[in-house]
Parts: sequence; structure tokens; C-alpha cells
Amino acid sequence: MSAYETQGFKLDNSGKRVVVDPVCRIEGHLRVEVNLDGNNVIRNAVSTGTMWRGLEVILKGRDPRDAWAFTERICGVCTGTHALTSVRAVENALSIQIPENANTIRNIMQLNLYVHDHLVHFYHLHALDWVDVVSALKADPRKTSELAQSISDWPLSSPGYFRDVQNRLKKFVESGQLGPFANGYWGSPAYKLPPEANLMAVTHYLEALDFQKEIVKVHTIFGGKNPHPNWLVGGVPCAINMNDVGAVGAINMERLNLVKGIIDRTREFVEKVYVPDLLAIASFYKDWTFGGGLSSRNIMSYGDIPGVANDYSAANLLLPRGAIINGDLGHVQEIDLRNPDEIQEFVSHSWYKYADESKGLHPWDGVTEPNYHPEGPNFKGTRTKIEQLDESAKYSWIKAPRWKGNAMEVGPLSRMVLGYVQPRQFPFIKETIDSVLHQLDLPVTALFSTLGRTAARGIETLYCAKLQEEQFDKLIANLKAGDSATANVEKWEPATWPGEAKGVGFTEAPRGSLGHWVKIRDTKIENYQCVVPTTWNGSPRDPKGQIGAFEAALMNTPLARADQPLEILRTLHSFDPCLACSTHVMSPEGQELSKVTVR
Amino acid sequence: MKNTRLLILGIGNILWADEGFGVRCVEAMNAAYQFGDDVTLMDGGTQGLYLLPYIVDAHRLVIFDAVDYGKKPGEMVIAKDDEVPRFMGVKKMSLHQTGFQEVIACASLAGKLPESMVLIGVQPEHLEDFGGSLRNSVKARIPAALNVALESIRQWNIPYSPRTTPVRGRCVNGDVLDMKNYEAGRPSAELACRFGDERFLSGSVEA
Repeated sequence: MSAYETQGFKLDNSGKRVVVDPVCRIEGHLRVEVNLDGNNVIRNAVSTGTMWRGLEVILKGRDPRDAWAFTERICGVCTGTHALTSVRAVENALSIQIPENANTIRNIMQLNLYVHDHLVHFYHLHALDWVDVVSALKADPRKTSELAQSISDWPLSSPGYFRDVQNRLKKFVESGQLGPFANGYWGSPAYKLPPEANLMAVTHYLEALDFQKEIVKVHTIFGGKNPHPNWLVGGVPCAINMNDVGAVGAINMERLNLVKGIIDRTREFVEKVYVPDLLAIASFYKDWTFGGGLSSRNIMSYGDIPGVANDYSAANLLLPRGAIINGDLGHVQEIDLRNPDEIQEFVSHSWYKYADESKGLHPWDGVTEPNYHPEGPNFKGTRTKIEQLDESAKYSWIKAPRWKGNAMEVGPLSRMVLGYVQPRQFPFIKETIDSVLHQLDLPVTALFSTLGRTAARGIETLYCAKLQEEQFDKLIANLKAGDSATANVEKWEPATWPGEAKGVGFTEAPRGSLGHWVKIRDTKIENYQCVVPTTWNGSPRDPKGQIGAFEAALMNTPLARADQPLEILRTLHSFDPCLACSTHVMSPEGQELSKVTVR
Repeated sequence: MKNTRLLILGIGNILWADEGFGVRCVEAMNAAYQFGDDVTLMDGGTQGLYLLPYIVDAHRLVIFDAVDYGKKPGEMVIAKDDEVPRFMGVKKMSLHQTGFQEVIACASLAGKLPESMVLIGVQPEHLEDFGGSLRNSVKARIPAALNVALESIRQWNIPYSPRTTPVRGRCVNGDVLDMKNYEAGRPSAELACRFGDERFLSGSVEA
């Protein structure tokens, strides 16, 4: 096989093969192989997850009320999201209704995690794909100050401030201890920002890292501790006592005021630092229109942030829910996570075994039986050292989930597009996107790109910062009205449960749609399946040869230099991939952040 | 002024057998000793960069971790202060080096490294047992690892005392994931996954 067409892409694996492994800047194991034509344009893309997660298996026989604590350990970054998804799945299975305050507090925690995650993703993982740290050393701090003041009234913008950061950066670089900046493609012609914009961005990178310590306090207050806050099937594990008498450790007005202050400062930081930086950076890359992949065709979001408790219908969700296929933006389709014919996982190209691999399995009937056999006519290497994968055979530890047979992109871009096309329900999303496009003088189709994905994340952060304020106000109003319930323990005791039950819980994790499907029998977990966002986006091929979202997004991208595949990292990072957070076992390459092999 | 005088941090993923060493040390520390209000015991899990706020807030730092030195299973290696980043920077040293080395580097770039640090690492025996617990060679090192930490804590003049009554309620790690519960509730060998991708697993520990 050398060439075929799928989903509007023409795949051709005849050209020079480039391997990038691993792709993630900090953690996770994601490997990509592409074929380039004579002009260094990507004509075939293969994405593989190289570590498998066996959480489904180790939960068998456990108490379903404990599952959240295990799922919280799947991933080092989306801990809270997994826990929330898990308690929702169990509540769904056992028909447990949670109090209004519990829903609101969960929303605040989830929105807080969004802002935190998006900020750290932008500055720490993604900005360095656009920002040349080394170039920042050449910046004139005075001009940097002028630039910063022209785009925002954020107070930290004096020439002296930028000079101080520049000096610190210089010392750091000179010490040879590049740390997070090691192995960058500094000086690559693919970087377009002037030194002043680079210095501004690096400075804000440091501020964003510092700002984290504010944000995490919200999880500590509502979750009892952080990292790994506590969760509870039936509600939230914190009591609220507005009069400050009664239970020790209960949340009182003083704690709530602390939360309010953090929420206000968070919105300010997003409005005055993150979004202006995003626009400033984007304005230099307007002609870099690659990386859209599936986003203009097939997008999906399960939706999240229920306006009122216990109603998970599209009309009640403040983050959009639905699917669009074949680019039919006028037709948002309802999705049903319980329907066995909608979400199915295939393993024809994944290292698992099914009885019949031409068919997919709904997660409730999911099977996770590993079958690691790297092979195929184009495969090169050994079981322990793969030089080249063969995408015509099994080539990934990630399963291939499909919605009604379609590969889907999930994540901020999908959510924001779903909001954009439903302006009556999501006016803020529509207005903000229009305003951003207007400021950058770009058409709406510009959204369907790597930069569009990055911009969507920033717009979503703004939206979430605003929702967080609204949810907080709602909590206070409800408490003042005399309702202080935070948990429903009517069905806490297993004796109250049916002999058999099954449920599904969903959230939108910052990086995309997350679902947990649980089957309970005789009060224990019988089957547990997680379909995580990077399973959708990082999906390998399916029996029909359809490619996944990462693979599609890399197609037809030109590389400035084949041995410095910055453009590949840029597009993959725009998805905020999260793969093997189930483990930190290092590859034999140790700290090498990414290794490139050109064949 | 830093708020936390001492942060005792365990890192690693408890779901991957000996990877859980760091977290189990903190759990054991919490079960055996009590500290003042300005001491924080933390299960850092695999949070990587998200641990930065706690690191920059700490005046002194103890880190427990499973570290691959290519030594005999259970062997301990201790690194102090300036040795910590340098140590972590060496190829294939820490199982968390990409994550944690960066955290230390970020704290250093921000000019907010703790004044003193001690990293207490142990050579893991077995990692490819998802859902499994510590191997005996590694588990047996917990008391020695705690002693190393306590020695530093004494040098820093930070008071502590043995617990006379058992920890009540949620321990540092939550009751559910407490080592005893974690081990007791494990599914049978037929059900539990006992292997992963050998490219990573066989490479990290000599069989």
C-alpha cells in the first residue's frame, strides 16, 4: 500500500520517513512518524501512544465508591476531572441525586481546573512552540515595556521589570541549566516573533507559573487537600457552615471570601495577561494556517458544567454538548453515551485482542486484553526497540474510538465551535470568537487550524473564568437562602443498591471529552472502562483505514527543516495531549525530550 | 517570606508497584510522627509542574522518590541541596526526572528554590505490575529512608515527635489508597494486568 484517500486526505507513505519520539514536552509517551514529499510536506502521519493504561483491569472487584481515588491517579494533570467523572458514573448507575450546592461546588472546582490547566498548557507546554526563549535575550527591555503597555494595562510592565527577568534568564541560560528550555529548536526559521514579544511572553510564562499557587487554593478549600483533592459519591466531602458554629473544618464565610478573591484575580490574569499574549503571538503567525485536521469536519463534546444539579441534558450544560459530522455546522447532533451503536472502540490497529476485530465495542461491553505484537511488512526494529512502525498493522496502545463510525476531534476547539454555532445558548462564546477574529482580521474558517485550537483554548479560559464567578454567586445565593446541604447519603450503604447496575459519567476534561462506564454487580465493580480525550484525538486507524485527529492535523503541513520538526510539535501540543500519565517510567532515552530520526 | 517551613514530598505513581515508594514513605512518616503546623506532608503523585507552587513556598524540602540508578533493588542514594538538580539532570537517573527536574529548574529560574533540599531515592525492583504494591526489597527500605529524612529535619532544628495515638480519619493519602487497603483489594492475578510495554519496562530495570 502506498496511497489511499480517507476523510478528504490523501495518504502517501512513499516519501522520507521522520520519527519524533516522544512528543510531549514534559510527560507522557507519544510518538509520531510522518512521511515527507520532496518539498518536506507531510503526506502521511502515524501517531502512536506507547504506554498502555490498565486501570480498567485493576478496578475489578473494588468498591465503586472508591473508584474515584484510583482514577484520580490515571493522570497527573487531570486528577480532579477523572475523579468527578468517576463519581458521576457511580451516581448515574445507582440513581443518586446530588444536592444543588454539591453541583455548584463541583462546577467551581472543574472550572478552576480548566483555567489552571489551560494557563499552564499555554505558557509552559505550548508557548515555546511559538516563542523563542533564546531570542528574548536580545530584546530591548524598554521596547518590551512599550509593547506590553500597548496591549494591556497589566501593571507589571516597566522596563526595569523586563530587564530584571531578562537578566535572570541570561544567568539561567549561561549556567547551562536550561531545564524546561532544554532541547528547544531555538533559532529555527519557524519562529516569527521579534525579540521583544519573546521577552514579554517568557516573562508572563514565569508569572503564570507563579500564579498557579493562587489557583490551587480553591481545590484545597473545597477538596480538603491538594493535590489529589477528596471527592464523594453523592455530593462533595465538605460541610458548609455560614454561621461558623458546629462542625470543625466546615467551610465558612471567611473561606468563601478567599475563594471569591482568587476567582476575581484569576479572571483578571486571564483578561490582562493570557488573552493579550495570545493575540499578540497569533498576529505574527496568521499565515501559518496548518493543523486543522478533522476540526472542520467532525467534532464532538459531551458537554459539562450543569446549570442545575442532576440534569445532564444539552440544554442545561454551560459547556456545549453535541456532535457535528461532515462539516455540517448547521446541524448539531445529540449524542447518547448509553447507546451501544454510538460510541464504539476498535482495536484493529491497536495492541489489544477482540474476538472479532472488524467490529467495535461499546465501553460497557469493553474488553481490555493486551496483545503487544509490533509487526507488518514495513515494521523495522525489535519488540523493545522500534525503529519504524507499520501503520497497516497494529501500531498503538491507544484504542480507536468512533462516534457512529466517525473519527472525532475533541477539546477546546470542538467545544468553542459547538458554542459558536449555537449563539442563542452561548452568546458569550459567539461574541468573544467574533471579537478575536475581528482583532486579528481573520475569517471564521481560520479557527480550523493549530492556531485556531490554541486560540479556542484561550477564549474558553475567558469563558470559564466568567462561569466560575457566576457559579460562585449562585453558591452564595443558595447558601443565603438557607440551603447548606452538600451531600446525599441516602444510598451510601451498599445494602440499598440493586444487585446489578450500570452507569456512565462524563465530563469535559480541559483537553476533551472524558467518559467512564461502570458496571456494578453485587456491590462491586464488574467492569470499568475509561475513554479519555487523548484516546479520541490520538486514535490510530480503524478497520476502514480512517485516521485519528492527531494524524489528520499533521497532514499537508510543510516543515521548515525536516530534522527540526517544530511544526509537528506545534500541532500536537495544540491538542494538549495527555497520554501515559498513568506512569512516569522513563524511556531508556532518559531526559531527552524529543528525539528525531530522519530516514 | 516562605510560608511552609518544611515540605515532605513523596512523588511517584502508587499504581505502578515500586513507583509508589515516595508516596508510601510520606504515608509512613505521617503514621509514625507528628509535626508542627508549618510542616506539610504531601503525596505529590505524578503532578509534575503542578507541584511548583508547593516547592517555591517551602523553606526546606524532603523528596522521597523511586530513582533508577542501575543499582541493586532497594539500594538507597541520597542527594542534598545543589546535588539535587545536578543529580536529576543526569541521564536516566530519576523515574520522574523530566517532570521533577523541570519543577526544580522552574523554581530555580524563579529564584525561589528551597534553602535546603534532600532527595532520598531508592532503586526500584519491579515496576511492570500495574495495580501492584511495593516489592519487599523496596518496602523494607522505608524505615531507613525515614531515618535519613529525620536526620536532616533534626539538623534543620524542626521539631517533631513520635505519634502516641494512631492517625485518625483520612491519612495523607486517603483511606482508600492506604497501602493496606490498596493491597487487600487487589483483583486476582488472572484479572490484574501484570505487564506493559517492554520497550519501557524492561529498559528501566535490569531483570
